Amino acid sequence: MKLLRDTSLIFQRQAKLLLQNPVWILVGVFQPVMYLLLFAPLLKPALQVQTNAEAYEIFVPGLLVLLAIFGGLFQGFGLIAELRAGVIERSRVTPVSRLALLLGRSLRDVVSLIAQAVIITLLALLFDLRVFLGNLLLAYLMLALISLMTSALSYGIALLVKSEDALAPLMNTVAQPVLLLSGILLPLTHAPGWLQGVANWNPFSWAVNGTRALFRGDLGAPEVWQGLLIMAVLAVAAVLWAAREFARSVR
Amino acid sequence: MIETRGLRKSFTSRQGREKKKVEAVRGVDLDVAEGEIFGFLGPNGAGKTTTLRMLATLIEPDGGSATIAGADLLKDPGEVRRRIGYVAQGGSTWDDSTAREELVLQARLYGIGKAAAHKRAQAVLDGFQLSEYADRKCKTYSGGQRRRVDIALGIIHEPKVVFLDEPTTGLDPQSRAHMWEEVRRLRAEGMTVFITTHYLDEADALCDRISIMDNGAIVASGTPAELKREISGDVVRVGLAMDAVAPAASALSAYKIETYDDSVRLYVEDGAVAIPQILRALDAAGVPLGTIELHRPSLDDVFLTKTGRSLRES
Repeated sequence: MKLLRDTSLIFQRQAKLLLQNPVWILVGVFQPVMYLLLFAPLLKPALQVQTNAEAYEIFVPGLLVLLAIFGGLFQGFGLIAELRAGVIERSRVTPVSRLALLLGRSLRDVVSLIAQAVIITLLALLFDLRVFLGNLLLAYLMLALISLMTSALSYGIALLVKSEDALAPLMNTVAQPVLLLSGILLPLTHAPGWLQGVANWNPFSWAVNGTRALFRGDLGAPEVWQGLLIMAVLAVAAVLWAAREFARSVR
Repeated sequence: MIETRGLRKSFTSRQGREKKKVEAVRGVDLDVAEGEIFGFLGPNGAGKTTTLRMLATLIEPDGGSATIAGADLLKDPGEVRRRIGYVAQGGSTWDDSTAREELVLQARLYGIGKAAAHKRAQAVLDGFQLSEYADRKCKTYSGGQRRRVDIALGIIHEPKVVFLDEPTTGLDPQSRAHMWEEVRRLRAEGMTVFITTHYLDEADALCDRISIMDNGAIVASGTPAELKREISGDVVRVGLAMDAVAPAASALSAYKIETYDDSVRLYVEDGAVAIPQILRALDAAGVPLGTIELHRPSLDDVFLTKTGRSLRES
């Protein structure tokens, strides 16, 4: 299959370049660990729960979703550097699948996000977090879908604006309300009604609720399949849209 | 090998609230024969790069038709991509990759198998004398080396036609001469080479045929010799003090004349006969003469007569 072959070619190149520079692992893990160590202890009293384990059950899934959203949204910067170097144009004169140009890159982002998530989950185990393996894998699937969507979105926008100066404020403007309206850092259970109403329109809020249910061990909760479905649909839409930008982008 | 008829492209540019339609390419006809080195000349903004990018399938034409290496550009761009190579002006290599990695990847993007891709990469590295640096990162290369990698990337799949967008711009004279050799070698290997350039001496020395583009249209085509022959006779350039240009122009109004800041250029039948007459006319009008020189028309003169300006000023 041409698409698979092309995607794996692009993926391998991007992964190799990423591994050549392993600093990202340190940077990518350092910040979330700081949150685990310095922010999470505030949660037990704030959330009015009995144990640390319960607090982490609420906080860790939110933190992981946050990483997936932000990690994805800022991938576009790398693409702008590639545009400038002429690498994208060089790919576009070959018969390579345009979808593969996007998927190879986005899958690299998904894999690196999952690697980050695994490290953070392992660390959280030290803080008495307990989660069933099956549920954890489903939660990782949710994270993968989120990061696939946000990275594809970021690549598509990068191809449209073609400059870091435009991309940075744009991404920050998008990310901030998304973050606040998703109950990522604190659940919205205690939020006023109007805020909850607005948050219902934020797809990431569904993703966070679903991931939390999985960490709670509540596999049957409707938030789980709802979150997965919403993220899957949006991920496919974002991928198709961004691949079209790869096909038609004019310098 | 390349045949275009009425190729067109316009862009909408936005200036404040007003949308303006810019006709970048307004009907281009080109005929490039197999095995030619074809030069495409024109000032910046003439539509050269837009034409080139259309031929390389990077942007879609608004209208017209084109057949490249036997494939229809509008109906089957995928097939065109397989048969052509394209080397962009601004480079195409990634700082942290090595030339070998880039070449193998590029070959594989063209559908070549892994073992064959490695073989091809080694062959072009040898051909372009890059083997020595093949496994160093591209950011360590000199400008000339990096440009050779760009061209190697463009021909790794042995295309029938290769498009080179200003391949020598920004190179030092030695690297430029080296690049000319490479271009001739590509032709010797059976490729048709389509090259854009700013340098008229380059077009003159390197290209079998050229087309001059101005304002989105082709204004002249032919071999460099043919084009120069079209301008019959000689060119006499008279160097003058700045304030002497206007009086000199009126004293010499009997000739076909172009005026510049510090000189006038006269197009005459026979330079040897004309020079004494010119000197006498200037003397009679009391215009102090700076220098006087006689030369055969160059491509620059062709350019000047066809587009009304010198390529150097544009």
